[in-house]
Amino acid sequence: MDAHIQVKDLNVYYGSQQALKGINLEIPKKQVTVIMGPSGCGKTTLLKSFNRFLELTDGARIEGQVLVDGEDIYANDIDVTEVRKRVGLLAQRPYPLPMSIYENVAYGLHIHQMKKTNKEYKDAVRHYLEVAGLWEEVKGRLHNPATSLSIGQQQRLCLARGLAIEPEIILGDEPTSALDPISSQHIEKKLLELKGQYTTVIVTHTLRQAKRLGDHVIFMYLGEVVESGPAYEVFANPKEERTRQYLEGLF
Amino acid sequence: MKKCWHRRHITEAIVKSFMLLSFGLVAGSLGLILWAIISRGLPSLSWEMISQPPQGGFYMGGGGGILNAILGSLYMAGAGTLIALILGLPIALYLETYLGDSAWGQYVRLALDVLWGIPSIVYGVFGFTLMLALGMRASMLGGIIVLTLLELPIMTRAMDEVIRMMPQDLEQAALALGSTRLEVALRVVTRQMLPGIITAILLAFGRGIGDAASVLFTAGYTDRMPNSLLTPVASLPLAIFFQLSTPFPTVRERAYAAALILTVIVLAVSLGSRWISGRLSKFIVK
Repeated sequence: MDAHIQVKDLNVYYGSQQALKGINLEIPKKQVTVIMGPSGCGKTTLLKSFNRFLELTDGARIEGQVLVDGEDIYANDIDVTEVRKRVGLLAQRPYPLPMSIYENVAYGLHIHQMKKTNKEYKDAVRHYLEVAGLWEEVKGRLHNPATSLSIGQQQRLCLARGLAIEPEIILGDEPTSALDPISSQHIEKKLLELKGQYTTVIVTHTLRQAKRLGDHVIFMYLGEVVESGPAYEVFANPKEERTRQYLEGLF
Repeated sequence: MKKCWHRRHITEAIVKSFMLLSFGLVAGSLGLILWAIISRGLPSLSWEMISQPPQGGFYMGGGGGILNAILGSLYMAGAGTLIALILGLPIALYLETYLGDSAWGQYVRLALDVLWGIPSIVYGVFGFTLMLALGMRASMLGGIIVLTLLELPIMTRAMDEVIRMMPQDLEQAALALGSTRLEVALRVVTRQMLPGIITAILLAFGRGIGDAASVLFTAGYTDRMPNSLLTPVASLPLAIFFQLSTPFPTVRERAYAAALILTVIVLAVSLGSRWISGRLSKFIVK
């Protein structure tokens, strides 16, 4: 397996409480990895360790290593903005920036100075809105506030905004949990389309979504990784008793 | 299910009537103030008053107006507010972005709160001492400096309170795109919090333009039009004060007209900036 992210002996504490216990795992390149498990098992904490979001939480302490392409993102000489440029995040609820639809997508391009001429910016914004499947709906009102969009459209805008800065990895923290079923389908469809181009890591607590999206599955329970492996194996033939119980809906 | 008077309902009725009473008192006093200014000031308000500087014997009922004081106040409060904004916005953003709720952040906030509470006459005396030490005379520059000092803590603290309301998720959305903290502060926080920031600016401007004690020693007073930073300059609060303290009834009436002008200026600036902030706030994320 060609690993894109490697986690080595990762321990995370919130104050005196340990949220992640000795995590070791590998996330395969250009596949969809689904992290599942009951609430409070540390799924989101694990996800946040991949884009260095844990340090935004007061009192969070991190031990161990997270390697992206073999490079430890917690090393001292690492530029955190560069990490977050390479590892994009699709949050639970869409949070558009207080700007127009156009500026939301252009924002990342601007701060990372990724384009030169105005035309290049315009083309890039259009391209990523198309990739996110939003272009047709917004092309006539690019300069309207992003908040004028429906919540489902906002989530696709957030996807476009995240993809625009050309990340290698997309993290999704239950990215459909705040959306209606149709909008959820839209996002899931997009994630499936993007499979193969990006390494995707999705946290979910809906088993059906995990089955629809996952190539690779990580099952977590009480801050530990219980089982991880290719989706077909884990779903059809779980090695661990706790995984089997979870898949059967026992907890 | 019938309505009956339990203790809870009685408590609610009492507290509610107390709230209404307070509101009535405040609204009533505001109404009385406005009525006093308008009823006494409007009759003596004339075009001459807002278009001309005072002529000889103005304070004994002579002709002319208070254009010098209107302009003087606008210049000083305008410049003071601008400088306070240039100094205060970075402080407020620094507090939010880097200090947060840390001990240092709390010290800075405490210092600003203390400064906010200091009476303006103390600022005036402080400014005066400072100017004496620097060998300066009462001048527009002195007035601007003191008004800046007076407005800075008000504006900064008000902006700080507003900026602290910034939704964390929104900040994180910007950070997730690889923004630096500074980019979040300048490109996202200021845009999201713009209406609140404008309110803070207004609050400081209103305090600055209406303050008499701080400019009394530092800017002085003159009947001439303001034309230099280094000479004394008139201001509206002092124009009101000097006219009100004459024994001549017609001059005292004109003090009310001057008060009306001051109120209208503050009102116009408030409404204008509300309009601007309304136009700019359509992008805000709720």
